[in-house]
Order: sequence, then C-alpha cells, then structure tokens
Amino acid sequence: MAATEGRTPPDADAPTVAVLAGGLSHERDVSLRSGRRVAEALRSTGLEVTVHDVDPDLVPALSQLRPDVVWPLLHGAGGEDGSVRDVVRMLGLRVLGSDARASRVAWSKPVAKTVLARAGVATPEHVTLPQSLFRELGAAQVLDLVVGQLGLPLVVKPSRGGSALGVTLVTTRDALPGAMVECFSYTDTALVERAVTGTEVAVSVLDTGDGPFALPAVEVVTDGPYDYDARYSPGRTEYFAPARLDAATAADVAEVAVRAHRALGLRDVSRTDLVVDAAGVPWFLEVNVAPGMTETSLLPQAAEAAGHDLGRLYRALVDAVARR
Amino acid sequence: MTTVPQPDRRTSGHPTSAAAAGTRLDPWLGAYAERTGGMRASEIRALFSVANRPEVVSLAGGMPYLARLPLDQLSDIAARVVAERGLVALQYGSGQGDETLREQILEVMRLQAVEAHPDDVVVTTGSQQALDLVTRVFVDPGDVVVAEAPSYVGALGVFRAYQADVVHVPIDEHGLVPGALDETLTALAAAGRRVKLLYTVPNFHNPAGVSMSTERRPRVLEIARRHGVLVVEDDPYGLLGFEGEPRPALRSLDDEGVLYLGSFSKTFAPGYRVGWVVAPHAVREKLVLASESAILSPSNSSQLTVSTYLSTCDWRSQIKDYREMYRERRDAMVGALADLMPTASWTVPEGGFYTWVRLPEGLDAREMLPRAVTALVAYVPGTAFFFDGRGADHMRLSFCYPTPERIREGVRRLAGVVTAERDLVELFGASGTVPRDAVQSPGPDVV
Repeated sequence: MAATEGRTPPDADAPTVAVLAGGLSHERDVSLRSGRRVAEALRSTGLEVTVHDVDPDLVPALSQLRPDVVWPLLHGAGGEDGSVRDVVRMLGLRVLGSDARASRVAWSKPVAKTVLARAGVATPEHVTLPQSLFRELGAAQVLDLVVGQLGLPLVVKPSRGGSALGVTLVTTRDALPGAMVECFSYTDTALVERAVTGTEVAVSVLDTGDGPFALPAVEVVTDGPYDYDARYSPGRTEYFAPARLDAATAADVAEVAVRAHRALGLRDVSRTDLVVDAAGVPWFLEVNVAPGMTETSLLPQAAEAAGHDLGRLYRALVDAVARR
Repeated sequence: MTTVPQPDRRTSGHPTSAAAAGTRLDPWLGAYAERTGGMRASEIRALFSVANRPEVVSLAGGMPYLARLPLDQLSDIAARVVAERGLVALQYGSGQGDETLREQILEVMRLQAVEAHPDDVVVTTGSQQALDLVTRVFVDPGDVVVAEAPSYVGALGVFRAYQADVVHVPIDEHGLVPGALDETLTALAAAGRRVKLLYTVPNFHNPAGVSMSTERRPRVLEIARRHGVLVVEDDPYGLLGFEGEPRPALRSLDDEGVLYLGSFSKTFAPGYRVGWVVAPHAVREKLVLASESAILSPSNSSQLTVSTYLSTCDWRSQIKDYREMYRERRDAMVGALADLMPTASWTVPEGGFYTWVRLPEGLDAREMLPRAVTALVAYVPGTAFFFDGRGADHMRLSFCYPTPERIREGVRRLAGVVTAERDLVELFGASGTVPRDAVQSPGPDVV
C-alpha cells in the first residue's frame, strides 16, 4: 500500500474534497458524525475539505466550488441508493465510492443477496415481502408460510437502510407480527431471513488504485442484539480487530468481501457484514457502500488494526479518485 | 510503512475471554458510576436529529418562540450591563444569587400569590439546576420520588441520575388525583419504602397539558403533609395561561412543605439560564451550599441582564404577548387535531406549550416515529415521560415553536402517519405497545 507511506506535506496542487453528510434519512445523526470524522482526518493530511448537508444549497455550492473529489458519507436513502451520486455525476464531478447504479443494487439487501448467491457466496435463505402482499393475502397465512419455510429464529429487517434500524431477531411465531410492524415503520418492503448463529464479522474493502483489498475482519460481540444502541454507545459492544478467526477462515471472509465488492461492481470502499457459522462457513448478510466512519464504526477500527493512519488512508482513497 | 501500535483499550468491563485484542472502545468503561447506567445512545434521539431540518415540522421540542422579544432593547441592556457594571457582571457572585434579582423574583411570584422573603430565594442556572439541587439534597439511592403519570422527562432524568425510584400517580383533567395519591403514599409506607418528594407540575403540565384544579390544591398539600412528604412544585409555565388569572401557587398555601421552582426560560428567554427555588430557611441553606459546590455561583452577567430587563422593560406586556401567541398556536393545534385526527383523543391545555395525545388503540408512538420522520413530522413518544416504560400509547405534541400554519401542516402529515400505522397494526393484529426504555427525548436545542 504505497499510497499510505510517508508524510503528506500541505500541497497547493492537492485535490480539494467536498464531504456530503447529513441528509434527511433516519441515519442523519450517524452521517453527520461520519462526515466530521472523515473531514477532520483528511484535513490532518493538508487537504482542503468542505462539509455539506444535502439541502437546496448543495448544488449551487458544488457548482461554485468544483471540488476535485466528492465523498458522500450519507447513510440511508439518498446517500446509499445512488440518487445523490447521480446528481454529483451530472455536475461533472468525481465521486469517491460506488457509482449510482452499483449503489442502487447494493442498497437493496434482497437484490445484493441474490447477486452474491449467483456468484457462489453463501447467504441465509430469505424471502422479500412487500407490505402490499400481506394486504392481499392476509398477514397470518403469509407469516405461517414464512415460518414453515425458513423456521425459527428469523431476522426481520427493512429491505433497505442501515444502523440496524427496524431490525428484530424473532425467536417465536408470536413475536413476528410486532417485528413486521416495526420493520414497516421504516420502509415498505421487509427482508425476512433465516438467522444464522455464529461469529459476526464485518470486512471493509478498500481500493486505493491497485485493486480492492480487504482490511482485517472486525468481530462484533454484544450481550444482546447489535442494535443502534449497541453500535453507537461505547461499552455495549466488544470488538475484536482482527476477528478471532483461524487464518484459513480469516482469508475466507476477506475473499468473500472482495468477491462481493467485485460482483456488485462497487468502487473505492465498501463494507460487507457476515456471520461465520460453527462449521466455518461465512454467510453474506449485506454490503454497505457508505460504511459508517464514526468513533465506534467498524471500518476505522479495521484500518487501525491493520496499522493504518486514518488520515493517510483516507487521503490515499482521495488521491486515487482524483487521478481517475 | 510505519505500523500504528494498537492501543491497549482493555478494560475492567471486559468479559472473560481467551483473546487479548477485544476492545469496548472506552478505556474508562469499568470506572463509571452506577448512576450512569441509563445514559445511552438511542435511535429515538438519533431520529430527532432530523427534526431541526427546515423541511420537518417539529412538534417535538420545547423551545420557546423568541422572535417576539425586543432584541434591540436587550442588546442595549447587555451593553449597559457591561459598560456600567462590568466589573460586577463578569466577576464571581453570591452562591445564593444577586440580591436585587431575588427581590424582583418576589414581584414576579406575587402574580401567583406567593409571599416570600428575598432570603428564601436561591437563584439557579435554570430551574433544571434547582431540580438537581433539590434531589441531591434530599434523595438517597433507592428513595422514592412520587410523580405524576406522565411526568416531565427532564425531572425523571435527574431522579434517575440520583438513583431514585419514581412511582407514578394518575392524573386526570383536573391534575393529580388526590385519592390515588393518598393510596399510593399509604401503600408505599406499608411496604416500608422511604418517600422523599412529591414532584408536581401543577400548571399547564408538561407533557399532559392539564392543570391541578384550585379545589384539589389544598387536598394534595394536606395528603403530602400527613405522609410527611415534601412537595416540589415545578412551575415554569404558571404565567402562561390562556384564560383568566394565574392560579395561586401551591407554595402560596404552604410555605413549610413546598419547594417552589420558578424560571425565566419560558416567560422571558432560556438562553440566560436563570431560574430559582424558594425554600424554607433550613432547606435553603443546604441548597446554597450544594449549589456552591456544583457551580460556585450562578452567572452574574445573566442575572444582571435579567434584572435590568425586569426593571427597565415592560415584562408584563411581554408575558401577555407570549400568552396571546401561544394561545393562537394552541388553537391551531387543537383545531387541526379535531379536523384531521378524529381517531385520537387529546387534552386541551389552558396554557403552556403541550398537548398530550392518546393514539388510536394498538398504536405504539415509539414504533411509529420512523414513519413520522419519513413523512417529515416529529413528536415525542409518550414513553419518555414515564419511569417504568409505559406511555407508548401517547405522544406529546408541542405548539410553542412552529407557526399556526406549520402546526396545521404538521398535524396533517401526522394524521397520514397515524392512518398508515393503524392499517399496518390492523393488518398484523399486533398489539403494539411494549414496555420500553424510558427517558428518551430530544435534546434542549431541538425545535
């Protein structure tokens, strides 16, 4: 990783960066924090960085500033579904991260799972259930079929979105309707998948110009569900970076994450969440095109575990995009 | 490349594990006091971060609408305070507060029939600090504080921080129910529990919007006296009634058994952070010492500014102006609810900032909040106002900050959210309301 070597002196020719953070999604708060952290890290390498919310001022600001690189750190709708990336592209600016089309595919968990399954990656059996289906067929009957097909326990999650918002682990049939209601409060389509028990890991994939490579897997251990509170309250969750996996399994999960990155046509940065079962099989759960970059997020932990200085690592990503 | 060493962040909160590399991202995890147990990130608070965006109609926060303040005059006052009394204003002050201001506070309280001596008043950094001091002085871990059901979220947070147990007593449209209070206190005594405080917001309750009737006030005081329980009367909204004269404060009926908490945050401006507590002599001494150990002294600069405002501006007219504005907004709120959300029921407040809405059967206000945020409207789920996880069937709507037009638009959006959520709950036959973690509310700067 030559790009992260050495000191980067302040440079008048250095690329200018516009970080996009905030937006109107449920994950606005997380996005604002990610944006501040990344901006701060990039500034430490001598870059000029502006931070922008996604509001009516954004297009005029980008048009005027013409930054060399736009880094969307938007989590949730608008940021990860590709739409804002399309707007940046229409302004003739370079985006750090996946393009709009690939983002749209990755943003839909069921679609991403299907793509990965076709690429030979194990992913828990699932069904995709729009709210309208329950209306047409009757909720109880559909839920009975789901339990009959997938068994228990199940994970109910919004088909789109992050930070575990609207996600419930369901262990009894009685708890399923409540979990569906909670999920549909976030979005119109639910992904219901068989719960795989095992070691939960997240593998971040970066590409600083020489092809995608995986950072060490980060293992997540919580005393309960890895929910919003567990993700963003220091102390609730214990992280192991690198994950406590044997060398062969660690290589497997890294390979799956890189394969996911390639199969979905992702660019520059992604994070794949997996569960490794007792037999050592990595199960793909989902991929994030705008992984969290907060103090408690997984990608920065993985980078630090690999010995990277965050500023220099993020700078290497920016430089690679500026050269593109 | 240089390898950044991995800092050792193992802590005493670390479970037994064969691996040495685990981290909980907080080297002080094992060091926190037990009282921090309830302090957590929550998705509810995160959702509120969207509320400050202009696209969102926020019926969630409790920020007063300050655009009615005479900012030119206040700017002159601030300049005068520094120019004429700068060496006092910028210096430490008395732990009990500025004497002139304490005299002026008596004048303000006379509107609610409170008669006291300036020595009885302790100026605090907002009445929130008064709540903290009172709890610190009286409550040991495990002691019981009796409070209305629902109750002000900021007070519940203080009680939780001092490891009190809060027992709620029902209220109705006339405020705290005396019979229920008596029964609760009797039962607690029989169970050997030590009840230290009765916490009440008798006027234009936050969040319930109701007021304790004039008839009930002496009865509540008599019950508290009989059970040997000190009454904490929290009264930030008492002068913001929409009809008639202010009701006499509980403190006006009993100067030994009541601690009165007042504030300029709603009748003037919260940015100065000036509140106060009126207490009997012995209690007041302890409150002053406790306050000195917490903050040394309240801000002289703020106190002198508020004092000059009271002596040079027509503060009574300002309060009248606020009342008229908030009444118009209350009317917009209840009018919109009647037109657009007939499946819900709500209180019609006669003052203050809030109405308390009961959702149609089976709906869970906390679960519904993401849908509301998607629809660009925000409220506070009722669970925030209970110590015991109840309240999911209610939400608090505030009408203090948005204009009447925005309030109506907000209720229109919310009505759509309620309809959609109701369809969903009916579809799944889910019972909805599950006990939740309490004390989740927006921060003070959420509109």
